[in-house]
Amino acid sequence: MSEEVQIDQEVYDRLIAEGKSERIARAKAKAASVRKGKVAAGQELGPKSPEENQQALAAFRERSGGGAATAGAGGGAATATKEVPASRLSPEERAARVSASLGGNGNGGSIGVPASSAHTHRLLALVPPAGIQQVQSKQQDKVYTWPHLLIVEFVALLAMTAVVLVTSFFLDAPLGALANPNLTPNPSKAPWYFLGLQELLRYFHPMVAGVTIPGVGLIVLGAAAYVDKNPSAKPENRKFANMAMTFFLVMWTVFVFAGSFFRGPGFNWVWPWVDGLFFEL
Amino acid sequence: MSRMSDFLSDVKQRREELKAKRPSSFGEVKTSVQDNVIWKSIFRPGSIYRKGYRDTSRDRALAAMNNVLYHLHPVKVKRHGLKLTYTYCLGGLSFFLFILLTITGIFLMFFYRPTAGAGSELAYLDMRNLSASVTFGNLVRNMHRWGAHLMVFTVFLHMARVFYHGAYKPPREFNWVVGVILLTLTLLLSFTGYLLPWDQLAIWAVTVGTEMMGFTPVFGKQVQFVLLGGVEIGPNTLLRWYVLHVLFVPFVTVIFLAVHFWRIRKDGGISGPL
Ligand code: HEM
Repeated sequence: MSEEVQIDQEVYDRLIAEGKSERIARAKAKAASVRKGKVAAGQELGPKSPEENQQALAAFRERSGGGAATAGAGGGAATATKEVPASRLSPEERAARVSASLGGNGNGGSIGVPASSAHTHRLLALVPPAGIQQVQSKQQDKVYTWPHLLIVEFVALLAMTAVVLVTSFFLDAPLGALANPNLTPNPSKAPWYFLGLQELLRYFHPMVAGVTIPGVGLIVLGAAAYVDKNPSAKPENRKFANMAMTFFLVMWTVFVFAGSFFRGPGFNWVWPWVDGLFFEL
Repeated sequence: MSRMSDFLSDVKQRREELKAKRPSSFGEVKTSVQDNVIWKSIFRPGSIYRKGYRDTSRDRALAAMNNVLYHLHPVKVKRHGLKLTYTYCLGGLSFFLFILLTITGIFLMFFYRPTAGAGSELAYLDMRNLSASVTFGNLVRNMHRWGAHLMVFTVFLHMARVFYHGAYKPPREFNWVVGVILLTLTLLLSFTGYLLPWDQLAIWAVTVGTEMMGFTPVFGKQVQFVLLGGVEIGPNTLLRWYVLHVLFVPFVTVIFLAVHFWRIRKDGGISGPL
């Protein structure tokens, strides 16, 4: 590649005289000198002439037993595909040729376009299987994002806005007395999503309830995706996983409810319908 | 007299001329608005705002492709994912609430100063003032408060739906982990915001929460000190949590949201059908 290609001065001068631009003249002159070199070395040039093509085709048919030549022409079964002119390979012939070049490894030579298709793509290169990235793209039932998905999302957005607006219109966020570090309200409660943990404080040492359980909980939650090796997503195949998750979710909900509604002054047990609510959002 | 009538007929003629020049229909106005350098620099070639929209497959695809939403959505999505009962739109609603909270939060920032301590209880006074005398102040504050609680709730539900669909299975394990991080960040966002009104509810809820952190093994006291900006809750805590709430945690959340959404597409879109 490194070697600079000489330009064919004669061709260059002629093209310049014809009024071609210098860039084009130089490119064509280079090509001409390469061509000359190839002819001198006795190499073939360019595409085959039609006659040469016909000869190659005849030779191929000779080799593969001849009979295939008529396959495309008559035959009730083959009428579904387009008639193929005798000067071209019929699909069957092409299939035979591709599978021959693949070493007849029994997979029907299906690289790219199926060999039996009536499309006339050329096989450009054979790539070893290891060099092909395996992409399993099954045909899927898909719809356009616009309008189908975006409209659904927009409706969800409007509905959510309406819910938040209406709630905010009728319900005021709490704002109690000014913070006073010397006056502990009774009970003192964390925000609702931590009240399950605060409830656990009643049963465990604070290190267990406040650090170990939430910490380990989050790690286990994250790891679950790697621990669960069951490939199926169908509910009937993953009864254990679903049961375990449901168990934890229900436990969590029960503790949050207990901490939120059933704990009063001193964080002692109360019945909300008897003693009232000790809960603020 | 004749000068006067000459003048009048002149004016008349001039008016006719101007009328002829004026664009006569909506269509012409539209072309002149759209057929200029500025419009074309805003809307990409092929944009429906350039060429108009006809309800064809091509224009449906272009509508998605020439839209900034292309960062989130592919041109086509799986049909089953549209069924409301598949995602219940919970992830989308969580994200939408995040946006809503950002907007209402910015509004609140105009009226709030994170200062506390004897003689300068600005935070609390600003909250009172917001509810009492800022136009829409009370409504926006309510939206921010209820939206925050709702977001914690929708994120929880989103997680549950992802679990029950087994949607965390390969190749989506990592996105599940990103999700768990997002859940933690959502809780942190909500919890840091809880302190800002600086009323009794706020500081005592946070006291209870950070006391638990103080029981972290080995360096519990240090953790608590860093969180509170002191040995006990005070003005430093407020400033610290304010910065965490309005800047740091949202910033980190946005980064993880970007990864989350990017991975949804890279993992082949929504999971399923079951
Ligand atoms: C700030 C919080 C979050 C936001 C805004 C968010 C957003 C989304 C969105 C918009 C989707 C698309 C599908 C859908 O709407 O359900 C999605 C999918 C997903 N999310 Fe989240 N998410 C969040 C938190 C979480 C959490 C807490 C988890 C799990 C621990 C999680 C795990 C996943 C997974 C695995 C998917 C793929 C689901 C599938 O392919 O069916 N995300 N998320």
